[in-house]
Amino acid sequence: MATPKKEIPRVGVFVCHCGINIGGVVKVSEVVEFAKTIPDVAYAEANLYTCSSEGISKIKEAIKKYNLNRVVVASCTPRTHEPLFRNACEEAGLNKYLFEMANIRDQCSWAHMHEPEKATTKAKDLVKMAVAKARLLEPQDEPEIDVTPSALVIGGGISGMTAALSMANQGFNVNIVEREPELGGMLAKLHMLCPNFEDASKALSSIVDAVKSNQKINVLTSSEVEDVKGFIGNFDVTVKKDDKPLKLNQGTIVVATGAENFEPINMYGYKSNENVLTQMQLEKLLKTGDLRKPDKVVMIQCVGAREEKGRQYCSRICCGVAIKNALIIKDLYPETELFIIFRDLQTYGQEYEACYTEAREKGVHFIKYTSSNPPEVSSNSEGKLTIKTYDAFLKEMVELESDLVVLSTPLIPQKDAEKLSKILKVPLGSDGFFFEAHVKLRPIDFATDGIFVCGSAHSPKDISESISQALGVASRAAIPMANKHVRADAITSIINEDLCSGCGTCVRICPYGAIQKNEIGIAQVTSVVCKGCGTCAASCPEKAITMRHFTDDQITAQALAALEG
Amino acid sequence: MEFEPKIVGFLCNWCSYAGADLAGVSRIQYPPNIRIVRVMCSGRIDPDFILETLIHGADGVLVMGCHPGDCHYIEGNLHAERKAKMLRNLIAETGLEPERMHLEWVSASEGARFAQLVKEFTDRITKLGPSPISGENPNKVILENLLAAKRTAGDFRLRVIVGRERELVEDKNAYGEKVPQEKLDELLSEAIKTEYTRNRIYNMLEKESLSVRELSKRLDLSTQDVLTNIVVMRKKGMLGVERIEGTTPIYMSLEVR
Ligand SMILES: Cc1cc2nc3c(=O)[nH]c(=O)nc-3n(C[C@H](O)[C@H](O)[C@H](O)COP(=O)(O)OP(=O)(O)OC[C@H]3O[C@@H](n4cnc5c(N)ncnc54)[C@H](O)[C@@H]3O)c2cc1C
Repeated sequence: MATPKKEIPRVGVFVCHCGINIGGVVKVSEVVEFAKTIPDVAYAEANLYTCSSEGISKIKEAIKKYNLNRVVVASCTPRTHEPLFRNACEEAGLNKYLFEMANIRDQCSWAHMHEPEKATTKAKDLVKMAVAKARLLEPQDEPEIDVTPSALVIGGGISGMTAALSMANQGFNVNIVEREPELGGMLAKLHMLCPNFEDASKALSSIVDAVKSNQKINVLTSSEVEDVKGFIGNFDVTVKKDDKPLKLNQGTIVVATGAENFEPINMYGYKSNENVLTQMQLEKLLKTGDLRKPDKVVMIQCVGAREEKGRQYCSRICCGVAIKNALIIKDLYPETELFIIFRDLQTYGQEYEACYTEAREKGVHFIKYTSSNPPEVSSNSEGKLTIKTYDAFLKEMVELESDLVVLSTPLIPQKDAEKLSKILKVPLGSDGFFFEAHVKLRPIDFATDGIFVCGSAHSPKDISESISQALGVASRAAIPMANKHVRADAITSIINEDLCSGCGTCVRICPYGAIQKNEIGIAQVTSVVCKGCGTCAASCPEKAITMRHFTDDQITAQALAALEG
Repeated sequence: MEFEPKIVGFLCNWCSYAGADLAGVSRIQYPPNIRIVRVMCSGRIDPDFILETLIHGADGVLVMGCHPGDCHYIEGNLHAERKAKMLRNLIAETGLEPERMHLEWVSASEGARFAQLVKEFTDRITKLGPSPISGENPNKVILENLLAAKRTAGDFRLRVIVGRERELVEDKNAYGEKVPQEKLDELLSEAIKTEYTRNRIYNMLEKESLSVRELSKRLDLSTQDVLTNIVVMRKKGMLGVERIEGTTPIYMSLEVR
């Protein structure tokens, strides 16, 4: 490979009109002429759409014709278009890391539409800054790593079992680690399932049987994950089963640890009055057939959820669950009067909405309260319950007597979610649930490669949503396992061993555990674990760390170019 | 001509840079003074970058990262915050207005917030006027001070304290004790002051060998202050005696890595 540092940079600059998106504000021809005057720019041209197939071939032609060794495209944002232009470079025989973008649309023409002069000046500066960085860019390699075709699934609820079955059916070995002595998770405690009133035990046994009889799946119950080292393709996992350690080598990891149900201690007389239950306790009474006929049942929604401070999120499932159980009671005891006291009803989707309509038709009463006026529950000496609540439609206080009060409480994160998040080095969100890489674009990946999340471990969900995610996760995890290898990120840090004093600051700072000290006390980066944030480089007391593709020199050159002239 | 401040922004790829893109996509208009440098994480922003940018005459530097808890890299933004805290203290020593450097959180969905913050910052810097070290006649004293500040920000001890702040405050240290936050803040500002003074002395002697008396005059420090620091700096091998004039030693800087 050519030594890039000695090579004289020959930068090609391609300025995009983006139709009128850029061209209607920024004087593109002026920017092109200006670009030609920047040191080391060997070629510059304007394109109507640089990202069109015509624009792409022009880049490739120019690279060959003018012997370009760096490319700058001034157009939209690298967050969407960098991969496309990088590919173009690669196809023309240029390492794709010798490419840089100037964002003159999203961060210029669109944001300064009424100031064409100033927008043009800014566009020139952005091009100059991109060229300043491009001149210093170096080619990078993306190392290849082998992937063990076996997956670890943590949690044997409906999500974990579904993901495991799907991966096993694709031919991969799977280990399920379940903390409890039995598979099933929360589903094992439920009576019937909304929205289709299926028997929960039947749904459970069919999947448990399929899992247990699958040759590719190894079920480890009464087990927990103790330690995880390594990276995608090669996770070294220590599982504790019946207090004995067990070592596993795994290619990918699925987090399917589910959630707990909130216990509303000291709320609405829960625990002090035995006729105040949670939906979970009601499920049990229904399942065992122990619910005696009540004259009246009052359900209260959002108990411990959507709080102003503390648990702010909506648990999604509780409205559906309340309506489900109300309909089941109506079916058992048609004379029983049912009230659901809610703040806002989240019966999203066709099926849940249909359940809601059915409940209304069958005479379930719905009363809306407001967060500033929550219901109050009191009991008299005979244990009869009185519920006082504000009715937001009548705009007045109403009072109900009831035999039973059922509290709809949210799904909350597992108590040990934080411990697991530390073992796996994956984050929890502000609500304490596992946090995905990107809310829209990567909803079931973690930022760490090879680790995925599904089901209510990620956020409150019903079973069909959990299953969809579990199937999604199974196919995401299958990609590297089917390919048998992955390419690691090139944007990682490297340590200059001559400068490293072994102080260990980087070891402590790295959120992924990618840096360790070697035998002689010098820091060493495991590149495949490094995610490229660069915090280590910015913090190293000896400035012994270089961040590839975002070096000190490159960043400073880019910033200072903004101040020239 | 009206003053058009030069503002450099250092933005993280995942939240704030995406927020800036969204402002554009939503056609929210804001002043065109800012020039954005994209980094992967706000934690990547070395205090050096900011000081270097200010030394080269930027009127303002705006650092933006993900909201606490939202960092793509878990907590790079908290490191950025600690660095900013250190820098504010350090810049305040130099005579440059510390508010020329500013840190804000912007999420990927906060296009409007991004535009608003840029507008506010640009307005503030416009009111503040040009950086005293920009233009034809830069303020030499402040420039010298900033150069000393840059050396200070590169100091081993300071970088260790800033890099390990969370660990020191939240986890137990080798002796099984936590350092209270106030104690650490004290330690940090003490380290900033001392290192800054030493670097001013060092930089001054780099240009010209001087006596203690002359140093104290030029740097506006007490002779006692200068002397104490010189003793330490000699031990560290940063300074040496170039010659003796009568009975007065004349000091010079020595090459250090
Ligand atoms: C009262 C109530 C009623 C509901 N009714 C319905 C309904 O009618 N219809 C519907 O669709 N949904 C319903 N749900 C929601 C449903 O329970 C969830 O969608 C479903 O359980 C999610 O499955 P999961 O596998 O993601 O999590 P879970 O069912 O919680 O399973 C997680 C599993 O992981 C295990 N685990 C946890 N941590 C660890 C660890 N560290 N190591 C190893 N194993 C671990 C747990 O022991 C558990 O077995 C209801 C929920 C509640 C609370």
